Amino acid sequence: MTPHMLTRSLDRGATIFLAVVAACGILIPLSNLLLPADSFLQVPTYLVALWGKYVCYAILALSIDLIWGYCGILSLGHGAFFALGGYAMGMYLMRQIGTRGVYGNPILPDFMVFLNWQKLPWYWYGFDMFWFAALMVLVVPGLLAFCFGWLAFRSRVTGVYLSIITQAMTYALLLAFFRNDFGFGGNNGLTDFKDILGFNVQAEGTRAALFALSCLALIMGFLICRAIVSSKLGKVLIAVRDAESRTRFLGYRVESYKLFVFTVSACMAGVAGALYVPQVGIINPSEFAPGNSIEAVIWVAVGGRGTLVGAALGAVVVNYAKTFFTSGMLAPYWLFMLGALFILVTLLLPKGIVGTFNAWLAQSNEKRAATSVSVAAEDGVTEPKMAE
Amino acid sequence: MPAHLSARLCTLALSLFLIAFALPAFAGPFEDAVAKFANDDFSDTEEAIGVVASSGNKLAFPIISALQDGRLMADSDSKKVYVTGADGKSIDAATGEAVAAVPDSASAVRLNNRLRRSVDAAIGSLTLQSPDVGTRLQAAQSVFKSHEETALEAVDAALAKETNRSVKTALGEARAAILLFKSDASEVEKLEAVATLKARGDQDALALLTGMGDQPASVTKAAASAIGSIQSSLAVWSMVQNAWYGLSLGSVLLLAAIGLAITFGVMGVINMAHGEMVMIGAYTTFVVQEVIRTRYPGLFDYSLLIAVPLAFLVAGAIGVLIERSIIRFLYGRPLETLLATWGLSLVLQQAVRTMFGPTNREVGNPSWMSGAFELGQITITYNRLWILCFTLAVFAILLAMLRYTALGLEMRAVTQNRRMAASMGIATSRVDALTFGLGSGIAGIAGVALSQIDNVSPNLGQSYIIDSFMVVVFGGVGNLWGTLVGAFTLGIANKFLEPVAGAVLGKIAILVLIILFIQKRPRGLFALKGRAVEA
Repeated sequence: MTPHMLTRSLDRGATIFLAVVAACGILIPLSNLLLPADSFLQVPTYLVALWGKYVCYAILALSIDLIWGYCGILSLGHGAFFALGGYAMGMYLMRQIGTRGVYGNPILPDFMVFLNWQKLPWYWYGFDMFWFAALMVLVVPGLLAFCFGWLAFRSRVTGVYLSIITQAMTYALLLAFFRNDFGFGGNNGLTDFKDILGFNVQAEGTRAALFALSCLALIMGFLICRAIVSSKLGKVLIAVRDAESRTRFLGYRVESYKLFVFTVSACMAGVAGALYVPQVGIINPSEFAPGNSIEAVIWVAVGGRGTLVGAALGAVVVNYAKTFFTSGMLAPYWLFMLGALFILVTLLLPKGIVGTFNAWLAQSNEKRAATSVSVAAEDGVTEPKMAE
Repeated sequence: MPAHLSARLCTLALSLFLIAFALPAFAGPFEDAVAKFANDDFSDTEEAIGVVASSGNKLAFPIISALQDGRLMADSDSKKVYVTGADGKSIDAATGEAVAAVPDSASAVRLNNRLRRSVDAAIGSLTLQSPDVGTRLQAAQSVFKSHEETALEAVDAALAKETNRSVKTALGEARAAILLFKSDASEVEKLEAVATLKARGDQDALALLTGMGDQPASVTKAAASAIGSIQSSLAVWSMVQNAWYGLSLGSVLLLAAIGLAITFGVMGVINMAHGEMVMIGAYTTFVVQEVIRTRYPGLFDYSLLIAVPLAFLVAGAIGVLIERSIIRFLYGRPLETLLATWGLSLVLQQAVRTMFGPTNREVGNPSWMSGAFELGQITITYNRLWILCFTLAVFAILLAMLRYTALGLEMRAVTQNRRMAASMGIATSRVDALTFGLGSGIAGIAGVALSQIDNVSPNLGQSYIIDSFMVVVFGGVGNLWGTLVGAFTLGIANKFLEPVAGAVLGKIAILVLIILFIQKRPRGLFALKGRAVEA
């Protein structure tokens, strides 16, 4: 990535966003670790973990915005890529437990001992090494997205059809991961993690580091997305979103562009899942539930699709609201509110928070420009006339 | 001693005397045999079971069934045996006299697996001559399963007296099962037995024939051919069974998907709240049944007939309301519609959860929908059969409506080319509202049917929504026949995969197959043909 590309891809909103995320990523862990517990500014550990979760959701939202906002692909199965990344990380964490499990088996995770399995299934090999697991976090979701996308885009499955079959995909995975003989812990999933790279996952330092890492991943993900959407490739993606057939007639191989961006997006979702699992301490099949994926889409819609910043913001805002409302007396009404949010955002705020704000900003800028032009004209300075 | 008690004792003594008179050979041994239960020795217990069961004593049945349930208490010191009733009252097993309490030293007579079989056989033979046909049939079947030699005499005796045809068949089969395992039965008898079992031809007969052990060569040969023929006929029957289950599942899928297909076909709108319309239909049935239960219990059998139009109206009205208030603002933006209707489904679910509670509600089967009948080797339940018929009726009515009514004509026109239809003067927004109402109403009807075979809970709709989508996507939109073929294909494929791959893997396989199928035909089986680049 050249510096030129970087500066071109960053407008003012993006810079503010990056600065805020970076500041959070540095200041929150520091305040958690260095300040005394009774200090007003100290962030308690549970909040660090909670906000870490939000940051992971923000990365997921970013990955959805990349394909939905810029390429018009509405995936209702992105939770599946998120969960697959999470499972890859969970498998590494499971292998790290070693003899500290309930059954003390050095190789087999507890649930396999419980199911009377004699040896480790082949697909668990290698997950004792972090680099391998980290690779799989990218490869597994990426490969699934590549195969799925290759099949779907090549035969021009678009629009709601694509949405429905992505939903079918995550539903099929949900059913599969619920099975005990599938080898991923069945109903209970993977949990009881002990340490990651030798650090205790429960320790404050680890949690703070994971939070900082999540912020870093969000920044990286954001930069990658910005680089993609502001490049020439990004322009083609937008063209595909707005007029797919016309783009095809102009000679672009639409399916290749779609496939590329879909795969990148799935890898990002996988990373989000991988960072999510050590922070919440569990991964189970319910992450594959179709409802989760749809909920992630609404974060993007709330924040503003096609803005990237909005997607991340929407994820944090909606999840903060969810935590706030589901933990209080309003818990029975949360689903009403979430449902109403879906309806109201699509009806009244189709551009989302950031999109609406940007439009308002652009409008007022235009007004200002128009007044300055008329002032200049009165001064007798000849200005080139704007094209209508 | 109070007078009535002594009178009862007299009667008892008299009846014992009569039994003694009628069956002199067993009168003395009965008490001896009962006492043997107290020896706490398995072979003694077995002997006692044999003697007691064939004694003809009226206490025999209570004793043996108590033994089976672990209610036969024996005191090894006094050699007394007691039958403790389920109500806690006890009698002396040898005399039938009531006792105040079973002594603490008594313990339940122990059984092992071999004894349990003899007990089952004894119970079977004891009830073979019951006046009730059902009991006799059950007894014959239990003898068939246990095939204890000791029951042979009882079976022969019952067979001689039996007049009911099906009980007679069952007894014949029981006799065959016993003879097959009886070591000293003649070859001819055994061959006959094999033939009888072959005629029975079910899984149990197969199990008996394969597990019969050493036999004369001719019997083994006959059995081998019988096994072959039973297996092939069972295979055919299991195909029939799978096909029936598949049809049944397909009818449910069709019912759930057909409304979705209409709205999707006409309006290009994916209604994620469709499942909730099904749920509302089911809850309408619940409310109708509640009212009938409390006010007019006599009408219970008609509850579904009342619920069907009501569910159509309720769900249809809600559908029109949704279309007018939400969906009409989102035309041309199908993905947003999908999100908005998903939000709506959350709201509807939560609303029903708040009103009716999160747990399953009880919806009963009217008498004409409960029960089942046997067709060869398979069992067909009436509710499934009725749902199949009902689905086909709904399908036919809908098809006729689309073909012969003005609204149907307009709907087809809008499906094929919305702008052209609008140019021709069709009020497309009215058609949209009515279509959405119709689709929702049919979902409501589906809810009435599903309430008969599924749990009525706020999540009812969710469990069908993905399957319904699959049907619509597979069958293609714009043609109801596609939905029909799609639903039955998926239903039958699912049920044929289930025994091979298991229920969950079968379902996963179906989902994967559909995802692959979409690659081949992105617009489903029966796609509308047109010249537009983007359908």
